[in-house]
Amino acid sequence: MLSLENVAKQYGSLQAVHPLSLTIERGRTTVLIGPSGCGKSTLIRLMNGLIRPDHGRVTCDGTLVAPENLLALRRRIGYVIQEGGLFPHLTARSNVTLLARHVGWQGPKITSRVAELAELVHLDSDRLDQYPVQLSGGQRQRVSLMRALMLDPDVLLLDEPLGALDPMIRSYLQSDLRNIFQSLHKTVVLVTHDLNEAAFLGDHIVLLRSGEVVQQGSIDDLCDRPVDPFVREFINAQRSTLSNEVRE
Amino acid sequence: MTACRTTLGLLTVLGCAVLLTGSSCDGTQAITVGSKLFTESVILGEIATQLAVNAGADATHRRETGGSTVLWEALKTGQIDAYPEYTGTLRQEILSQLGLESDEELAAALARYGVAMSRPLGFSNTYVLGMRKARAAELGITRISDLTQHPALRFGFSNEFLERGDGWQQLRAHYGLPQEDVRGLDHNLAYQGLGSGALDLIDVYSTDPEIQYYDLAILEDDRSFFPDYDAIWLYRQALVETHPEAVAAWGRITGRISAETMQALNGRAKPPGDQPRVPESQVAADFLRDELQIESRVTTASTSQQILARTGEHLYLVFWSMLPAILTAIPLGVVAAKYRTTGQGILGVVGILQTIPSLALLVLLIKPLYDAGAALEGVLGSSFGLTRLGEPQAIVALFLYSLLPIVRNTAAGISGIAHSVRESAEALGLTRAARLLRVELPLASGVMLAGIKTAAVINVGFATLGALIGAGGYGQPILTGIRLADYSLVLQGAVPAAVLAVVVQGVFELLERVVVPRGLRLRRS
Repeated sequence: MLSLENVAKQYGSLQAVHPLSLTIERGRTTVLIGPSGCGKSTLIRLMNGLIRPDHGRVTCDGTLVAPENLLALRRRIGYVIQEGGLFPHLTARSNVTLLARHVGWQGPKITSRVAELAELVHLDSDRLDQYPVQLSGGQRQRVSLMRALMLDPDVLLLDEPLGALDPMIRSYLQSDLRNIFQSLHKTVVLVTHDLNEAAFLGDHIVLLRSGEVVQQGSIDDLCDRPVDPFVREFINAQRSTLSNEVRE
Repeated sequence: MTACRTTLGLLTVLGCAVLLTGSSCDGTQAITVGSKLFTESVILGEIATQLAVNAGADATHRRETGGSTVLWEALKTGQIDAYPEYTGTLRQEILSQLGLESDEELAAALARYGVAMSRPLGFSNTYVLGMRKARAAELGITRISDLTQHPALRFGFSNEFLERGDGWQQLRAHYGLPQEDVRGLDHNLAYQGLGSGALDLIDVYSTDPEIQYYDLAILEDDRSFFPDYDAIWLYRQALVETHPEAVAAWGRITGRISAETMQALNGRAKPPGDQPRVPESQVAADFLRDELQIESRVTTASTSQQILARTGEHLYLVFWSMLPAILTAIPLGVVAAKYRTTGQGILGVVGILQTIPSLALLVLLIKPLYDAGAALEGVLGSSFGLTRLGEPQAIVALFLYSLLPIVRNTAAGISGIAHSVRESAEALGLTRAARLLRVELPLASGVMLAGIKTAAVINVGFATLGALIGAGGYGQPILTGIRLADYSLVLQGAVPAAVLAVVVQGVFELLERVVVPRGLRLRRS
C-alpha cells in the first residue's frame, strides 16, 4: 500500500533517516517502534508528505507522494497525532466534519457518518457539541480518530496517539483501537515507543534505531530471534510488562 | 468565514458612526479662504471671506488651515484660493532663496506660481521694541538709536527673538547697543516684568493688543533694521477671471487697516485682560460694518452643535483611515507570518513609517495626493476628493500610522499557532486558502483584534493632529484653545477625544465576543 524506496532525510547535520526502503502492506497494522530520535515520527510524516525526502521516493497505492498529488492523497490518509491536534476554535463535531464540508458533503450524509463514527470510537454524542478544551485527553483522541476516519480513508497514520494519556485511559483506548483496526481492515501505521502497545496492536513491527531499520517481523520474531544485541536490549527493557500480557 | 465576520462587524459598528458625519462638500467653483494658526490671521481670513460673500461670491473660510508652508503649498495647487500673508514671510521664509528686494520683484516671483498679491492692507506685523510710555518719556527715548545713551537699561526678550539670526545679536550690531542686562523669557512674563518695572524694554509684535493694554511706547526703527512684514492678500491669479467681484472686494479694504486698528481687532478676539472674548467672525463683521458699511450675518454654532460637528469630522478621519488600514494590514501580516524574509521587510517598512514626524508627513503628502487626484480626474473623471486639502492628508497619515500594530499582531497571531494544530490542518488535506480562512485566521483572531484595537485607540488620539492641516476633528478646539489660551476650549476637544478612545476600546471588547470563536474563550474545565 505504502512504499518507501531509498528514502533519506537530514536536518542540518542530523541524519534523521538514513537511506532506507520499507513496504507497508495493505490491510495490516504496522508499528514503527524505537527509542527517541530513531526517526519513527519522521518516517510517518514522509508517508503523508508533511516532510519531503532529500532522496528517494514515497508512493501510496502507486501514486507518488509529491506536492501536486498531496491534497488528494491526504484525503485518503487519516492522521492522528499525540494530543489530538484538534482545532481549539471548533466543536468536536466541527472538527470531525470540517473536511467533509470543505469537499462538499451534504448534511444528512455528514450526520449519519458522524453518528456511525461516534459509536465506533465509543464517544457520547453529547460530547460532540463541546469544544476541545472541555474534553478529557481520552475523549480528544477519540474525536481526533473520528476526524481521521471521516472520509473513510484507505490508510490511517497514528503518531503516538496514546502518548499523553494516563495508564488507565490508555489501556481502555488500546483495546478500543484494536477492535476498531480489526473491524475496519484498514492499512494502519502506528508510531509508538512502547513495546507493549506495539505487540498488542501491531501485526507487523518495525524496530528503528538512528534512522535505520534494525529488524522487522512479528513480535515473536523480535522476541525469539533478535538479529543483534540492541534488539535484545530494547525488548528486555520492556519485557516485564510484555510477558504478562502477550504470553498468556 | 470568521475573517469575513471580523470585517463585517467592524464595518457595521464604524459605519453607523460615520453616517453621523454626512458627506463632505464637493469641489465646485466656491472660493476657499485659508488662514494661519494665530488670531490675527483668522480675523483677516474672516474679513476676506465676508468681503467676498458680500460681493456675491460663494466663499467659505477654512479657519486655522495650517502654518505658512501648508497654506503656501495649498495655494499653489489651488486647494485654497486666497489667504492673508505678510511680505516679510514671503521674502524671508517661503521665497528666501530668491533674494527678493522690492515688492515689484516679489509680485513678479509670485506670478510665476500663478499667485497674485494685493496692495498692503495698511499695517505691518513685525518685531518692534516697546517701553512703558512714562519710562520712555522720562528718559527721552523715541527711537532705537536713543538707546545707545542708556547702557544700564534692562532688556527682556522672547527666546525666539534672542535666538533668531535676524534677532537681538544683529540688532545690537546694527545699532551698536551697549546694554549687558539682557534675559530671555516667556512673552507673557515679559509684559508682567515690564508692568512691575523689573524690565525697561521688551520685544513685541507691532499688532499685539497688549501694546494698548499696557500703554506702551513703540520705538522708531530709525536705521531700518526690521524688515517689512506688510500684511497683504495672496490669491490665485485665476480668480481675476473667475471671481473678479471677490478680488475687487478685497481691494476695497487695502490701505485701511492700520496697526492700531489691527491691535484693537486682535484685542477683541483675544483680550489681554478680563474682557469677554468675541468670536473672530463677529470681530470681522463689526469692523466691516464700521469701515465699509457692509452688513454680514454671523452665525455661531452652540457648543453642543460644535462638539457634534467635531465628532462627525473626527469619526470620518478615524473610519476612513482604519478601514483601509485593516484591509491592508491583515494580508501584509499574513505574508509576514508565512515568508520570513519578506516579513522582516514588511515589518521594517511599517515600523519606519511610524517614526515619520506627523507634521512633516502631513506637509509632505500635500503635493503627491494633489497630483494623484489630478491624474485620477484626468483618467476617471473624478479626483475622489484627493485634490482637497485636509482630510486626504490626514487620512493617509493616520492610515500609515495604523498599519504597524495590525501587521505585527496578525503576524504574531498566525506564527503563534501551535505546531500540532498547523500540522493537523495540513495533514487533513485542506487547501492553503481553507487552512488560512478556517483555521489560521480564526485562531489568530484574538491577537489580531487586540492589534486593531490598539491601532484604533492610537488613531483616535492621532486624529487630533488632523486639525494642523485643516481637517477638523477634536484637534480643532484644542488648537484654537491653545491659540487663545482658553482652557475650556482645549477641554472641548480633549475630553471628547478621551471619551471616544474609551468608547472605541469598549466597542472592540464587545466585538471580541462576536469575532473570537467561543472555543478560544473557554477556560479548561
